[in-house]
Amino acid sequence: MRRTARTDQLLFLTVALVVLLGALLAGVAVGARSVAPAEVWRALFDYAGTDDHVVVRDLRLPRTVFGVCVGAALGVSGALIQTVSRNPLAEPALLGLTAGAGFAINVGVLAGLAGTQLGQLGLAVVGCAVASVIVYAVGRTSPLRLLLAGVALTAVLMGISLGLRLTFPDVFDRYRFWSVGALAGSERIPLTVPVVVVALSLAGALLMSRPLSTLALGEDVARGLGAHVGRTRAVVLLLVTVLAGTATAVAGPVAFVGLIVPHLARRIAADSVPWLLVHSLVVGAVLLVVADVGARLLLPTGEVPVAVVTAFLGGPVLIWAVRTFEAAS
Amino acid sequence: MALTLAFAALHYGSTWSTSSDVLAALVGRGDEAFVILNWRLPRVTAALAFGAALGLAGALFQNLTRNALGSPDVIGLDTGAYTGALVAITLLGGGAGMLQASSVLGGLAAAAAVYVLSAGRSGLSGLRLIVVGIAVNAILTAVNSWIVLRAELDVAIAATGWSAGSLNGVDWDELVVPLSVLGALAIVLAGLAHTMHQAALGDDVAVTSGVRLDRLRLLLVATGVGCTATVTAVAGPIVFIALAAPQIGRRLAREAGVPLLPAALAGAVLLLAADLTAQVLLAPTALPVGVVTTALGGCYLIWLLMVEVRRR
Repeated sequence: MRRTARTDQLLFLTVALVVLLGALLAGVAVGARSVAPAEVWRALFDYAGTDDHVVVRDLRLPRTVFGVCVGAALGVSGALIQTVSRNPLAEPALLGLTAGAGFAINVGVLAGLAGTQLGQLGLAVVGCAVASVIVYAVGRTSPLRLLLAGVALTAVLMGISLGLRLTFPDVFDRYRFWSVGALAGSERIPLTVPVVVVALSLAGALLMSRPLSTLALGEDVARGLGAHVGRTRAVVLLLVTVLAGTATAVAGPVAFVGLIVPHLARRIAADSVPWLLVHSLVVGAVLLVVADVGARLLLPTGEVPVAVVTAFLGGPVLIWAVRTFEAAS
Repeated sequence: MALTLAFAALHYGSTWSTSSDVLAALVGRGDEAFVILNWRLPRVTAALAFGAALGLAGALFQNLTRNALGSPDVIGLDTGAYTGALVAITLLGGGAGMLQASSVLGGLAAAAAVYVLSAGRSGLSGLRLIVVGIAVNAILTAVNSWIVLRAELDVAIAATGWSAGSLNGVDWDELVVPLSVLGALAIVLAGLAHTMHQAALGDDVAVTSGVRLDRLRLLLVATGVGCTATVTAVAGPIVFIALAAPQIGRRLAREAGVPLLPAALAGAVLLLAADLTAQVLLAPTALPVGVVTTALGGCYLIWLLMVEVRRR
């Protein structure tokens, strides 16, 4: 029995990885400018510097890498926060973490702190952390209330950010597109720092999966089994903040990925926390790359920010989630 | 209090006027009569009327959902009305009448969607209604930003400014239609008030005393949507007034339930105060009032949740 379950998981993981590979190819090959498949191949492995090659290698490739990073980060942070809070509606963006990061960056821009990439990442993580503390303090009693607190905090921060943007339009002009959540333009950001941060945090998340699955049995049981409940929770929340903050710093506020992905992954992973995290990682990457490709094609004249696509997909999932969740409880 | 505040608001513009000037202007005399009568008075009137309308709409919806959080902006009505308005501006290119009609339609469609999606076997659950509203809100916001990104730059800029909800530059011409619509809706409501109070006693009591609940609910929803959508069509989405006004009105009036008149008054005072704040805060730049209501309203919502947390 156990053996077949594991085989199923591996089988699914393989399928998901193949899909991811397909999505990656689409991410590199598809866009507003049509490039012949053979040219795409040559751009990747026999770079000659023609216009087609520049588009593929210098624009689409880094953008797709960012897509994988952001998707995996959001998916895993959603899975972590849903597991640790035992709340199926928890999600970094809905809980106001993303808004916190965005607000911190806005304020940082104003104070002249957001000049460097590291500065932006730091600001985003701090904003995330502050937001999560506030939301948790207000809404800890029930899942729906937690969500509402997040939405309320998001509203406050967005209102103030909008006021700031309207008051200092010059400063915020550069951040106009960032604020809607998109990967377009991300190819101009250096890859190394965010990719390394996300990769390290993802590795950390996988390492935490065992203590986390103990914690998922309930606080008392976990204590009885000798787990460090408080420490596990603190580490997991730290990982969530870093992942969500980095994703936001790179792509702007992208909502719902952290909600959709774990719900999909849970269908396959059943009760296993390690598998949930692995599947969330892959599915998140697939979802964001696919959504980004969709975002390139939706308008004949230009691009839709990827956050618009994910919100469009995510709204129905939230409705479905709250209905099944209430039916179950 | 509304009157005092309105009087104070008439003083303020790019310059402060003296009280005697304002009084003189109100009876049609004095140097500043033009400024006060044509620029400030419409704005103050709009703030009062729209605030009252939003307060009423909030009271209606909170009554229907039996939930302090069930206000039209939380459940996606504003965003729907905004979508309708955007469609009118960018695709149909229509005038003011078209804009208002399609904004009302958008609001109605959003409300209907939220209602249908959140209705279940167990009837309407307050919190589910709100979460579904948040979801519909998110979808519509996505659609809205897609429309804005598609649009020409000047339309996009106008629409973005408007999306914050603003009373900047309102004049009498723009106010005639919305004010008459709101007036008509208020009369409808006054007619319904008695039945509504009967319904508030509980479904069973209401049915036995001859209230047709379904029809009443439909009428109330339609009225609430009408109020919200009219305001949105003119001023853009001004959120959280509808959420906070009924609660404040209820505390001040010390009545059970969600009484309508106090809600309307509280709404009027709130919006006018917010609008004044928006003008004064970063003078000479006049912020859109929506920015102020969003920021303050969000804080209010958090506080509301905190109070409820402490209570249990």
